[in-house]
Amino acid sequence: MLTARNLSKRFGDKRVFDRVDVSLEPSSFLLVTGPNGSGKTTLLRVLAGLAAPTSGELQLPSREVVGYLGHDPLVYRELTPLENLQLFAGLYRVPEGGERIGMLLERFGLWEVRHQRVQTFSRGMQQRLGLCRIVLHEPQLLVLDEPFNALDAAGAELLDATLEELAGRALIVATHDPQRVERFATQRLAFA
Amino acid sequence: MSYFSDVGALARKDLLLELRAKETVPSMLIFVLAALTIFHFVTPVGAATQDQRVATLGLLWTALVFTALLGLTRAFVPEREQGLMDALVLAPCDRSAIWVAKSLAVLAFLGLAEVIALPAFSVFFAGVGWQTIAAVALADIGICAVGTLAGAMAVAGRARELILPLLFLPLVIPVVIGGVGASAGAGNRYLGFLALYDAIFSLLAWATFEYVVAET
Repeated sequence: MLTARNLSKRFGDKRVFDRVDVSLEPSSFLLVTGPNGSGKTTLLRVLAGLAAPTSGELQLPSREVVGYLGHDPLVYRELTPLENLQLFAGLYRVPEGGERIGMLLERFGLWEVRHQRVQTFSRGMQQRLGLCRIVLHEPQLLVLDEPFNALDAAGAELLDATLEELAGRALIVATHDPQRVERFATQRLAFA
Repeated sequence: MSYFSDVGALARKDLLLELRAKETVPSMLIFVLAALTIFHFVTPVGAATQDQRVATLGLLWTALVFTALLGLTRAFVPEREQGLMDALVLAPCDRSAIWVAKSLAVLAFLGLAEVIALPAFSVFFAGVGWQTIAAVALADIGICAVGTLAGAMAVAGRARELILPLLFLPLVIPVVIGGVGASAGAGNRYLGFLALYDAIFSLLAWATFEYVVAET
């Protein structure tokens, strides 16, 4: 699914991470931990295919099967949840997109507000929509950077349940609260 | 077919965003009208000589280029502020579809501004002939093609407010030369020049956009 050997990333003279090895199978769960500024986000961007490593070997799956959630939910605030998901369903060629969108909006508690603009939502609701966006095309590799950020207790439980359901897929999760997902982890990578 | 449906979906999204936010087109309209009004009051009055006529056409093109720059400055704001370029770049569609869609949206905004700007120019200075209208239409394509690519480069950079004008203005000097030449009556030769510029720079921008948005 994903193989990285001796992966390094530098920004000029600054070393972000050095000689990282990662090998993920379809049911792997890689938990990435470390303090702020330790390079977690940069590593996740490299492993999602959004940034190139400075050196090392990297084999990534095709973009069709990758779902990435960064610090922002990556949805258009001036559009409604329905319009956002319709846009991405089209770009990802999701078959029967309408049904899947409806199911996801219902599941993530956004059905009632599907016609409201995202800019009126709380940060937690935007994060739920971001989660809808990344599971919309049923990716085989999910890369989640601090996915519990801004989620309230109900949202966090929903994400827990979603992570359990995604057990057959490869997941990479970076968090500063490892206890929350420790039970899912099959591999760990700690940044100092 | 899916390429064009991607372009359609992305362009529709950009038009919808503008329809909701109403930020770019009103700003462009106010800017171009204000610029033409200022130019009207700073140009000498009296019988227009050929030199003055060419000079006023130059002012029209100056106003249009800076109006386009204003629109281009806003073109990637949603993607920049909300980090959405990541989501678009990760989508499995051809990345050049993002450039085509964004160029079409900017072209629509610029066209709307010109629908007001050209009659305003006629009121303030002199009527515009078919050659000026044809030159403006051809110039718009080149401006949007080059400007959207420069806008995408600026999104990735740190000093993005500086990068866009520094990249864009030198690249559109040929457009201004062709536009003024065609408007001043030198006709088909300059229209052909603008068409050639459009073809070359659109092709270059289309082919290189993929590398511009890929983070190194």
